[in-house]
Parts: sequence; C-alpha cells; structure tokens
Amino acid sequence: MTGGKLDRRAVVATLLRDPGEMLVVTGLGSASYDAGAAGDRPLNFYLWGAMGGAAMIGLGLALAQPSRRVLVITGDGEMLMGLGSLASIAALRPANLAIAVLDNGRFGETGQQPSHTALGTDLAAVAAACGWAATCTVDDMAAVAALASRLRREALFAVLRISPAEVPRHLPPRDGARLTSRFREALNVTGN
Amino acid sequence: MTAETWQDRVFAALRQARVRQVGYVPDAGHARLIELAHADADMHAVVLTTEEEGIALAAGAWLGGQRAVLLMQSSGVGNCVNMLSLPLNCRMPLLALVTMRGEWGEFNPWQVPMGSAVPAVLAAAGVQVHRADRADEVADMVAACAALAFDSAVPVAVLFSQRLIGAKVFIQ
Repeated sequence: MTGGKLDRRAVVATLLRDPGEMLVVTGLGSASYDAGAAGDRPLNFYLWGAMGGAAMIGLGLALAQPSRRVLVITGDGEMLMGLGSLASIAALRPANLAIAVLDNGRFGETGQQPSHTALGTDLAAVAAACGWAATCTVDDMAAVAALASRLRREALFAVLRISPAEVPRHLPPRDGARLTSRFREALNVTGN
Repeated sequence: MTAETWQDRVFAALRQARVRQVGYVPDAGHARLIELAHADADMHAVVLTTEEEGIALAAGAWLGGQRAVLLMQSSGVGNCVNMLSLPLNCRMPLLALVTMRGEWGEFNPWQVPMGSAVPAVLAAAGVQVHRADRADEVADMVAACAALAFDSAVPVAVLFSQRLIGAKVFIQ
C-alpha cells in the first residue's frame, strides 16, 4: 500500500474553511499541525498527547453542547489506538458529532512505519460495524468540498486517504491549560 | 420500596455536584449508580469499552461546560495512566470512583496485582487519592472530592474499598 494521494494541508484547509462556531478537536501529531496551519482559533482544541482520546473528547463535547457541531480530525494511528471509542460513540449516536480520519497508512511522527490501515484495516468498515450509520472513504479532492459540508450536518465517520508525503511542521499552541481556558471562555462556560 | 443505600446517597452527591455525564466500565459495586444514571433524564450515561475513554470523555465534557464522573473497577486504573496526562496538562478536573478488588476477601488472584498497585499508580500519575471504607462516610467523601476536583480543577479518585462493597462471591 502506498497511501492515498490527497494533500493533507489542502484537505484540512477545506474541512475548516469558514468554520463559524464549529467545535474542533484534533488528534496528536500531524492532524493538530494541519488544523493549526488552517488558522488558529479558540474553538480548536489541539491534542499533543493523550493518544487515542480525540474521538471521546469529541463525544463529551458533543453531549455537553448538543446545539453545536463538533468535528474531530485525527490520524489513522490515533484513531486505531482508540478504536473502542467508535463503539462507545455509536452506542449513543450523538447527531452533532462527526469524525474525519486523515489516513496515510503510516505512523508519520515516528518514522513512517506502516500502520494497520496499510496492512488491511478499513476504518470506515470498522466504524460501520460498530454501528455508525453514515461512513465513507474519500480519495479525491473533488469529493472533499462536499464532504466538508456533510461533516457539518451529519453524524458522519469519514476516512480521507491522504498522501504520506511529509509537509512542513506548523506548530499550534501546546499549553493545554491555555487551550482549555480559551476554549471554555469562547463557549462562555467558565462558570460551569 | 427499598431502603436508601449508600450508593443512592453517592448518586445524590453527584447530582448535587452538577455531574451530567457518567462514563463507566461496569462493576457490580457500581451497578446501582449505573442504573440510576441511565434512569436520570438529566444525565448522559456512557458505557465505555476501556477506562481511558472515560478520561477523554470527561475532558470533552469539561471543554463543553459539563461535569463528568468516571466509574470503574481497580483493574481499569492501569488502562488510564497515559490518558491522565490530559487533565493534568490541561488543568481540568477529573472525578473517578474506583471500586476495589484484590484486597478484602478476594477469591480471584488475577485481581490482586493491579488492585494492590492502584493507590501508588494513581499517586504517581498525579491523581489525588481518597479511600472510603465505611458506608456512612462514602457520600460525604464523594461530595468533598467532587468539590476538590471541579473547584480546584485537579484529578481526584475515590477508592471504594472491597470491604465496603463486599467481596465478590464465586461459589454460592
């Protein structure tokens, strides 16, 4: 497997164009860099650790803020570490939570070792088998714009097959306490 | 009508602390709390496949302005260790209620290693640990630990001792 051909920065820039009040959680590593490169904002919560936790942070957030859209953007390795969370989320079926997995079939941060998605695991099929009603895999840029719109409307689990090519590092803020404070201030929930 | 149990009083303390999300990996010692959480229209009860999911769930809840609690058994504490970097780095609260195995009258030796290590593992990972041994102290301890967790934004675990919950009976 050689991974997909989509440019990860172009994909994430499209998913996060005019984000409005969408709540965005990104998995550690390149997904956080991509989201930061698309434009830092208080309602982006970047993980720099806690591998495997992005989807469940999205669930807690979606349950707490049912009138807002929540989008989790993460990589294949991070999603694989939290595979069980696909079952936990499907058990509740929150209508306002979507997940986009940037799948390059690699552990990109650690030397480009092939991940399970390059070795036979189909994450969209896993999500469907866990009970996600809407899943898809996208591998051309023409479909990404339409996907961006669906991710803001549907409880969708989407896999985007991106190129494993490395892109320049873009490092968003990494002080977790600051990221938390500014997120809660932007949501006006600091009194809770 | 059954008599109010200490588990009912713990649930009341969670409600009083404005807890709205209950993530759990089931344990017999938490069965009543889980049942009450599912029956409460103001609560989201979330069954987890593994305990660290509950740490992340609680973080998301906090980001969104809600309070969460994590219910688990001592065997799940080890699963949580790296995910505990999330509340610590992000200065977020965490309230975990842990039913203990591997101590008072334990029949299953597989429960002993993790059960014995729980206080030290949690302390090493930066979690404040409190332990309830008597039914008459549990609800107050949960209320105090909820205040500590949510008002001071620190991770706190309350251990429910095996003597309190009763040793699991394998041979009837």
